[in-house]
Amino acid sequence: MADTFFNEMYDQNGLRVPYRMLEGWYQNMPAEFRAVKQAEAEGLFRRYGITFAVYGEGGDPDRLIPFDMFPRVFGANEWRRLERGIKQRARALNAFLSDVYDRGEIIRAGRIPADLVYRNDAYEIAVAGFRPPLGVFSHIVGIDLVRTGADQFYVLEDNCRTPSGVSYMLENREVMMRMFPHLFQKNRVAPVDGYARLLKRTLASVAPAKCDRDPNVVLLTPGHFNSAYYEHSFLADLMGIELVEGQDLFVDGDFCWMRTTEGPKKVDVIYRRIDDAYLDPLCFRPDSTLGVPGLMNVYRSGGVTICSAPGAGVADDKAIYTYVPEMIRFYLGEAPILENVPTWQCAKSDDLKYVQENLADLVVKEVHGSGGYGMLVGPKADKATIETFAAKLAANPSNYIAQPTLALSTCPTFVEEGIAPRHVDLRPYCLVGRDVELVPGGLTRVALTEGSLVVNSSQGGGVKDTWVIAEE
Amino acid sequence: MILTVYHKTSYEFASPVGGILQSHRLTPAKCEGQKVIEWHVDVPGAVMGELFRDGAGDYIQTVSLRMPVTSIEVTVRGAIETTDTSGILRGHRERVPPRAYMRGTLRTEPNRAIRDLVDETLRGKANAPELERAHLLAAAVAEALPYKPGATHAHTTAAEAMTEGVGVCQDHTHVLIACAHLANMPARYVSGYLNATDDGSPHEASHAWAEIYVAGLGWVGFDASNQCCPNEHYIRLGSGLDAEDAAPIRGLVLGGAEETLDVTVVIEAQQQ
Repeated sequence: MADTFFNEMYDQNGLRVPYRMLEGWYQNMPAEFRAVKQAEAEGLFRRYGITFAVYGEGGDPDRLIPFDMFPRVFGANEWRRLERGIKQRARALNAFLSDVYDRGEIIRAGRIPADLVYRNDAYEIAVAGFRPPLGVFSHIVGIDLVRTGADQFYVLEDNCRTPSGVSYMLENREVMMRMFPHLFQKNRVAPVDGYARLLKRTLASVAPAKCDRDPNVVLLTPGHFNSAYYEHSFLADLMGIELVEGQDLFVDGDFCWMRTTEGPKKVDVIYRRIDDAYLDPLCFRPDSTLGVPGLMNVYRSGGVTICSAPGAGVADDKAIYTYVPEMIRFYLGEAPILENVPTWQCAKSDDLKYVQENLADLVVKEVHGSGGYGMLVGPKADKATIETFAAKLAANPSNYIAQPTLALSTCPTFVEEGIAPRHVDLRPYCLVGRDVELVPGGLTRVALTEGSLVVNSSQGGGVKDTWVIAEE
Repeated sequence: MILTVYHKTSYEFASPVGGILQSHRLTPAKCEGQKVIEWHVDVPGAVMGELFRDGAGDYIQTVSLRMPVTSIEVTVRGAIETTDTSGILRGHRERVPPRAYMRGTLRTEPNRAIRDLVDETLRGKANAPELERAHLLAAAVAEALPYKPGATHAHTTAAEAMTEGVGVCQDHTHVLIACAHLANMPARYVSGYLNATDDGSPHEASHAWAEIYVAGLGWVGFDASNQCCPNEHYIRLGSGLDAEDAAPIRGLVLGGAEETLDVTVVIEAQQQ
């Protein structure tokens, strides 16, 4: 079975080029040394306080996500293609958002059904007709990718709202550099530590026109009980900006202000890590105490920029996902560089019929689900599980989509007996402001259980440092 | 017709509060049926934000008052010229696609009784023009919910009003929106003023009705409470998904205390 999966380190021709520099490193590592290093890594993560669950997966917020020391490596050429594909997708998603909150040309052209967009819960009527600075809606686009072959990548989903996990990308590298400095002296691993600087530059580039000085950028968090709070404070710290909660900000007249010991200070750009529904009780959920009352009025009259723009979520809905290749063709006039996973929409009767007949071979997901919950992995499920799921599917078909089970690539991973192949995915973080930028790397998640294809940390997943080699 | 508006909302607090923050939808936008002659919104002591127009075409204004107060007054004074457009909203600049108004809220979610009402009303009318079906639904809502103040309150949902069997303009509007959605027609809540010529009751002068999107015509107003379409006696302030979303004043009191609210609305036709 293992041979049917693409092994990123060894293919039929032997050791693949990007991994050449790791030859000798792990073979010569004594077991005791490895154990010491593994304990050291955990100590570092504990010390940094990085214990949150990625992607809002839930679970114990104080649990450390296992870190695997074996890096995942991309060659320069591989990465160049990925980078082009990721940036292309980020541009198209933003073009789509600009369009559907404006004239809706893609809908008028009959390329995407109107109801799929306009009746989507994530479509915000409150911002229809409003153009945010530079027309950018999604400033940080997290694109989840899997690999099935040397040249074959698929996009699993797009995250246009507030993708989390980037602190792992940064911390994984930091920990690796501290533990194995010689690996980085020997090899030209492209740095990722420019991310915070790029993120701040991106956020500052979308300051409102009314801002006539160096923009005051803040990071708005729901608070310390949020599972990603560590990441919020980590990023604010790296960018040198204030980490604020709703109660630290207030609206007066046409602007949003931050309380400081020296009196109110005007806020120009808010990198928010709270959901649309909680942003402003005068516009959205009236019972929300996490947001800033009146913020949406200030936003819509050009007094402050909110990143990501309220309403950006309509682009990353699982039902909209199917149409992203179409967006790329429509807005950019280009052929999609990265492929979508073929997806059956159970809302369509033909698709539903196919899915019902092939449940044992498919992965079936809830349209709005996340974290790997509520899904059926056909090939791994027993007969009773499939039957139970079939009943749920029949009761509410439009709640589900189905995809083939993908042969996720593997990367060598430290296990009890030495190293062994384990399945991985990748989430790079693309920044969109005046420029579209991508640091060479991302977050690699690894399914630590042998044979498992589920990389979610709530279900036995871990993380790895992700390298892009600057030469080949 | 020229209508004059006097609308005063007074808030009295039992003990001083830290201020208020409000979002106003109190200035009518221009359309074929209405043209503002003069309009003033005053909140003594408050910072008035700039008036901007949202995607639905409504004028929105942020009002903040950040100092301890025991009372606040919001006063609207204006004069507006209106004409009868048979309820059709024409010449209104808006950017929200009508299909976005197919979504329900807690207040417009249908129940069994509303579904039955729609089924009965539209039985055999599947091929009738949309305008006719919209009229039938408005009439059915008026019949199902006789006007009766006091039985329902500000937070009553469409389903609850149906169970109650009576309601006021807000309930009629919520139920009619639910009905229109079931009939696959976009619908929304409109708040405004009514020159209630017959009884002149100030309570009804602050009014609400539904707009239903009819293919070929656009948005058409339906006032189930008065069993008519809005005419020159109506002033349209703005729209939303339900009463809360379309509220002329949405706000909160900072460091809230118990408040007493007093509202006066006087709409009069100016003598020519």
